[in-house]
Amino acid sequence: MLLGPALGVSALLFAIGVGGVLLRRNAIVIFMCVELMLNAVNLSFIALAQQLGVEGQVIVFFVMAVAAAEAAVGLAVILAVYRHQDSVNLQDLNLLRG
Amino acid sequence: MLGGFFWGLAVVAVAAALLCVTRRSPVASALWLVVTMFALAGLYLLLDAQFVAIIQILVYAGAIMVLFLFVIMVLNIGHRPSDLRGWVGRGVAVLLGAGIFLQLGVIFWAIRSGGFGQQTVAFPLPAGELQRMQEAQGAVGMIAGPLFRQYLIPFEITSVLLLAAIVGAVVLAKRKL
Repeated sequence: MLLGPALGVSALLFAIGVGGVLLRRNAIVIFMCVELMLNAVNLSFIALAQQLGVEGQVIVFFVMAVAAAEAAVGLAVILAVYRHQDSVNLQDLNLLRG
Repeated sequence: MLGGFFWGLAVVAVAAALLCVTRRSPVASALWLVVTMFALAGLYLLLDAQFVAIIQILVYAGAIMVLFLFVIMVLNIGHRPSDLRGWVGRGVAVLLGAGIFLQLGVIFWAIRSGGFGQQTVAFPLPAGELQRMQEAQGAVGMIAGPLFRQYLIPFEITSVLLLAAIVGAVVLAKRKL
């Protein structure tokens, strides 16, 4: 059975994604790290679907649809921010700083 | 044999994810993320999810990552100084990542060994059940049954979500409507 190792790999990928979000300042790379976390969750869904029923694989489809929608809207937001600020670096986005 | 494939793909996925997080150029990060997604698709194949593996390659590696690369190249942000945080930020990132890994490890270990305290996690399906379902109904039919019966309303709501995302992306990205 590959359930234990698959869950371990999933936890490791999720932790790498979290580390990446905290490590980078480029908004697009941070977005890619969020995608990495979504993929890690998908892996644990699929690993558990082997024992808990095929519904886990159905949920992965919904996660993928939401990820696609999120990528489209998020990248449009990043494009709009770049047009405004001429940068996608999160350090340069300080409009709300007092 | 199966275990060997599994560990090979797992090592590729984790190494490519680490490289994706640490490479300076956003284009290199995106390409390493594509490698991670291909390795994950291989893992899905080994875990009896053939249809999801193909969709992973088509949707994630094919569509979403192309969108990322497209935006990176439109903005032309490939040649900027490094965007990694300083040593304090790196330490915080590694510590928090390790902390979350430990927490998830404890949770998964508890799931593996039968549940937390009073609660128990039931594993109703016998080993190899998914493979038998696949031989009986086909890889697509196995997913289509629950998707179009039990989860029909969430499926329809997904289409509304995608429509809203399309409209939102056009409104946000267009200079002048």
